Amino acid sequence: MSELKKYKELALGGNIEKGGTAVDFKTGDWRSSRPIYHPENCIQCLFCWVYCPDSAVILKDGKVTGFNLDHCKGCGICAHECPGKKKVKAITMEEEVK
Amino acid sequence: MANLKELAARGDKFTGGHRACAGCGATIVARQALLAAGDKPVVTTCATGCLEVVSTIFPYTAWDVPFIHSAFENSAATISGVEAAYQSLKRQGTVTEDIRFMAFGGDGGTYDIGLQALSGAMERGHNMLYICYDNQAYMNTGIQRSSATPKGSSTTTSPNGKKIPGKVQFRKNLTEIMAAHGIPYVAQSVVGNWSDFTKKVEKALAKGGPAFIAILQPCRLGWGYPPELTAELGRLAVETNFWPLYEVEDGQYKLNHTPKERQPIDEWMFQQERFRHLKRPEHQAIIAQIQQDIDARWEQLNKKCSL
Repeated sequence: MSELKKYKELALGGNIEKGGTAVDFKTGDWRSSRPIYHPENCIQCLFCWVYCPDSAVILKDGKVTGFNLDHCKGCGICAHECPGKKKVKAITMEEEVK
Repeated sequence: MANLKELAARGDKFTGGHRACAGCGATIVARQALLAAGDKPVVTTCATGCLEVVSTIFPYTAWDVPFIHSAFENSAATISGVEAAYQSLKRQGTVTEDIRFMAFGGDGGTYDIGLQALSGAMERGHNMLYICYDNQAYMNTGIQRSSATPKGSSTTTSPNGKKIPGKVQFRKNLTEIMAAHGIPYVAQSVVGNWSDFTKKVEKALAKGGPAFIAILQPCRLGWGYPPELTAELGRLAVETNFWPLYEVEDGQYKLNHTPKERQPIDEWMFQQERFRHLKRPEHQAIIAQIQQDIDARWEQLNKKCSL
């Protein structure tokens, strides 16, 4: 869980001064399983990226490089949608262990 | 129409870190819609519902575009007011930019509570796009039935009991109601077909005038299925003809997808907890009724498309 902000850290009147601030909030600890990326099986179809509800697939120059585990909730849509190379998936889900 | 590489280059305007369930379809809708909106400035509003509640918990916001909070019933009225003010400012020369307007609402805030405001805004002819993410019940308040809930579905206000197995009534066809407004663009899309949805958003925004898109959005909590199936169940709903992909452009109906082989509806229903009780043999007749209704609606739609 992210720390709650103190009132002195907030803008006057409680204004939210810019958009997209939710990136500062970490939802990664909701996860019960995590995606593992196997680049050798990746055909860069970007299906994982377009269907991720949490914008947690990291792209670099338009190519998948990994996952933002601060936001990933471990739903597994990426692994399910992944066509992989020769039917071997480039994303698999692994249970989180403490 | 943009391909995935072009969409990726645009960058997300709906960020992660929102508080939706794992595998939520509504946030996929918001993400893809804003990606499709492109580089032009867009002003958004959202009816009270899951999407609004999970994306705007103070002091955070997942929207990287101007966003206005609305009440449950008036997201269409809100965005039409903003659009009218923009038109006036543009006439006066204060604003010169080309700005687009988009409103989001769930099925509760669109089919039921926001229908008046939506109908009014469409009739007034504002240059706006209304996107209804239809998850077929009031999911945010704890899965109560709405007029979008399909027959047989068990919700907290239409529970499966000894006498009555889930919702008794059939679903309302809102897309047809919107088409009856005679607006330039009405379409139906689904979570699980990004290309269909982003194409339709681009088309609707380019049309200039009121546009409406209903998108079927599987809800892992309300429908009861493992979260990774969100996109898959959306596509399966299309393959069973339960949710045909079509558009009505200037009154002309067009089917966007015809399943190679229509899947039986129970294929889709029995993957979901909300229909689980219908597996019992005594409810065979209900499944048959539902199948009959789907086939009849499909035939009707096909007639309209061949006109």
